Amino acid sequence: MDPMAAIRETFFQECEEQLAALEAGLILMESGAAEAETVNAVFRAVHSIKGGAGIFALDALVRFAHVFETALDQVRSGTLATTQAVLNLLLRAADALADLVRAARENGTVDEARTAALVVEFTQISTHGHEQPPTPAPAPPAASPAWHISFTPAASLYAKANETALLLRELRRLGPIEATLDSSRLPELSELDPEGAYLTWNITLAADCTELAIRNVFEFVEDDCQLTITSATPPEPGLKPGDVITGDNGFSFEFFPPPVFDEEEAVPPPPVEPEHHEPPATPLARQNPVETMAAKAESAAAVSATIRVDLDRVDRMIDLVGELVINEAMLSQRVLEAGIARASGVAMALEELEHLTREIQDSVMAIRAQPVRSVFQRMPRLVREVAAQTGKQARLVTEGEGTEVDKTVIERIADPLTHMIRNAIDHGLESPEKRIAAGKPAEGLVRLTALHRSGRIVLEVSDDGAGINRARVKEKAIANGLIAPDAALTDDEIDNLIFLPGFSTASTVSDISGRGVGMDVVRQSVVALGGRISISSRPGQGSTFTLSLPLTLAVLDGMVISARGHTLIIPLGAIVETLKPKAADVFPLDGEINLIHLRGGYVPMVDIAASLGYCDELIEPNQSVALLVEGESGMRAVLLADAIHGQRQVVIKSLEANYRAIPGIAASTVMGDGSVALILDVDAVVKTTRSELNRSESSLLEAR
Amino acid sequence: MSKPTNSGANTRELIAFRVGRQEFCINVMAVREIRGWTAATALPRSPRYVRGVINLRGAVVPIVEFAVRLGLPSNEPSARNVIIVVQIGHQQIGLLVDAVSDILTANDANIQPTPDVSSDLVKTFVKGLLPVDGRMISLISLDHVLPQGEQEAA
Amino acid sequence: MSTIVLTVDDSRAMRDMLRHSLLAAGFRVLQAEDGLHGLEVLETERPDVIVTDINMPRMDGFGFIEAVRRDETRRSMPVLVLTTEVDAEKKNRARAAGATGWIVKPFDPIKLVEAIRRVAA
Repeated sequence: MDPMAAIRETFFQECEEQLAALEAGLILMESGAAEAETVNAVFRAVHSIKGGAGIFALDALVRFAHVFETALDQVRSGTLATTQAVLNLLLRAADALADLVRAARENGTVDEARTAALVVEFTQISTHGHEQPPTPAPAPPAASPAWHISFTPAASLYAKANETALLLRELRRLGPIEATLDSSRLPELSELDPEGAYLTWNITLAADCTELAIRNVFEFVEDDCQLTITSATPPEPGLKPGDVITGDNGFSFEFFPPPVFDEEEAVPPPPVEPEHHEPPATPLARQNPVETMAAKAESAAAVSATIRVDLDRVDRMIDLVGELVINEAMLSQRVLEAGIARASGVAMALEELEHLTREIQDSVMAIRAQPVRSVFQRMPRLVREVAAQTGKQARLVTEGEGTEVDKTVIERIADPLTHMIRNAIDHGLESPEKRIAAGKPAEGLVRLTALHRSGRIVLEVSDDGAGINRARVKEKAIANGLIAPDAALTDDEIDNLIFLPGFSTASTVSDISGRGVGMDVVRQSVVALGGRISISSRPGQGSTFTLSLPLTLAVLDGMVISARGHTLIIPLGAIVETLKPKAADVFPLDGEINLIHLRGGYVPMVDIAASLGYCDELIEPNQSVALLVEGESGMRAVLLADAIHGQRQVVIKSLEANYRAIPGIAASTVMGDGSVALILDVDAVVKTTRSELNRSESSLLEAR
Repeated sequence: MSKPTNSGANTRELIAFRVGRQEFCINVMAVREIRGWTAATALPRSPRYVRGVINLRGAVVPIVEFAVRLGLPSNEPSARNVIIVVQIGHQQIGLLVDAVSDILTANDANIQPTPDVSSDLVKTFVKGLLPVDGRMISLISLDHVLPQGEQEAA
Repeated sequence: MSTIVLTVDDSRAMRDMLRHSLLAAGFRVLQAEDGLHGLEVLETERPDVIVTDINMPRMDGFGFIEAVRRDETRRSMPVLVLTTEVDAEKKNRARAAGATGWIVKPFDPIKLVEAIRRVAA
């Protein structure tokens, strides 16, 4: 890879990190929980983006970051108060900055009018506190035509064969000089070291040159003398002598006089005592150096306790541990088959091995676990945008950002969460006027919570809005033919009607929740992950969406069944209940499909083996065990199998890796005896009851 | 420089195997492993020549019954059968064959063109013929062993 | 012996960029992620020139330069500040802390190399 392209990529990766830190910090400031370091971190984030953008000549980004940074610097120094209006501006600027970064990365464009408007806003707020223009003024030309130079050669200067006279001659090239010799430190002749250095030259140079030009003269003797160069005329405010190297792009290099150390300080290394230091320019930042150092060292230790590991390595380890689990199970099975007593030493050692193996598996899975923070961090922006688009006022509160789930899950919760939050603001929260009329604060509250519960992650999105209008939901469901007009539904059942396909409660299809994406699609994607979603609502007080997902997509809780000699796994999440069908409850619909009468409704029955094409003859329902399952779309069916062998956690193995996807099969796994078992795609199987297409397609394939 | 028995370019090692009374060979570079037969889990909605999938040290690998793939009659596999695990692109598949018969070294000059016959299967799989000690060994191309694009065609 | 430059910057992109440019100029490059890390590096290494950023977590550039100068043996070690700051007050702080020079980004590799050559012993 081209090194520059690689650095550029690194830069954009860092930008993402900085943008996340920026937003998190601003939100902390908004909540009033910010510390001085929070403000520093926020400043640093913008500052770093600006610095990096400069490397790659991303001018638009640099310009905006600069304006942003200037305001943040004022916040940091206390000259700009963080009122709600200012924080709001900073948050919007963070969004704009994120857009600029993304545009730069993808060579895209941004809404320039928005950026420009923000710049204007920044100018307005900053002129209240500060008179500084938002962009750096070019360095004015050096105003002083004269310089004072104090030059005290050290013995080493002479030792390196430099000569004062030559240096003075060089200086004269810059302009007329007037040099006086200060010999006050010259000792008595008897005490004089012939190789010592005791003289100081005080030179006045009348030249319209820069400090660096003078310094260049002393370039080679710099370490061998004490040199002070001061402008003879007082510098103008903000102007410092010495800007010499400048580039077209604003690059500048200023050479400082070498640091001057007091003699008594120089000999023994001084204890760190405040009175030995120059009074700091900003006393606040350095008042207690020892203490802050200690604190910093402590945080350093905390930081270095983490390492970065290539994900491939972790995945390889997970694969290997998966094999270890299988091998251990196979070994146990063989030992049992060999008739070794359970109380024997071998069996006990095996039990210990099994225990250790599970522990290793858990630990390895934990390596890939990540806090949901990265997803949560995207939500405040969403809330701001949706609130702005719907004319509502919303505040987001998040809890449990540190809750960890497997990487595979993290990547896939952002979409459902986005929809749930959109929905909460768009449909859940009332307009500010209505809220005030209802005696609520104008600003609505959206709470996003993550927590672990019984081996799953539970994400909740709740709002303090009006709650679900059950009368209207029911009305609509009846109008859309989703439920019978006389259906007796509990409140909970009515609330959950919104997940049915084709259901939308918004009377106008809004820009936000519209886009053809309803809660049914959200539900579908959640179920596809082995998750569940539900809503509960209290009229006038708000609604809560609850989303529960497995902690990983690498393993799955399944029910092991057999169908005509084939072992299959049915995801536990899809199973509603198991039942034993009675012949009297079964009614043939046509030659192929039977319905079962279940609690007042009719549910289609699917013979698993037949639907997968393992056999042609249908199983007798009363000879089978039945599982009531629910597909992604909420469609239910009863699956018929020969036997149920119990629950088990299985490691998911893709079929596509070495073969291809098979309709009706979600994935595969390796069983305790080392054989492969297929994991049923419940949704696809349920759908076969609704469509004959799959059947004809499968028979075509079988014919090959 | 080169081995005395070989002359010319593109010298390669081939692994020969038997299916029924026929002999075939493939480039040894494609072979990952040769193992005994283990029962495969049948896959629904798959061509007949795909006998199913097996667990190969944690990876789920499909098994292609080579005889059926070539249009020959199927034989119920026994412990004497052999699975040749080959790498095709990013995928690993197992070829179920009767036995591995030989390891050969050959170069382009040794390989004779396939006579023009009408069989599509031969055209698809047989890249050339290799005469060895009075036997005829067909050099096989692995590219089309697994079903490709047939799902879309269905 | 080629000149050894220690770069102290919390941005990976900036460190990479500096390394790339400085190596191309024939320098040897040491890297640190912030001031504290820079001090750690200095415990075992003796660079000819230090190029440091100002705004860094844990220990910023000012603190770093002060700490460098606190050690007598490092008083003559040139320390260049590489920053986007143009603020005179910051510049004065850097100067007070003992910085040798102040380089304002945008980053110009040629000029940077020139500046380093100028201060390198």
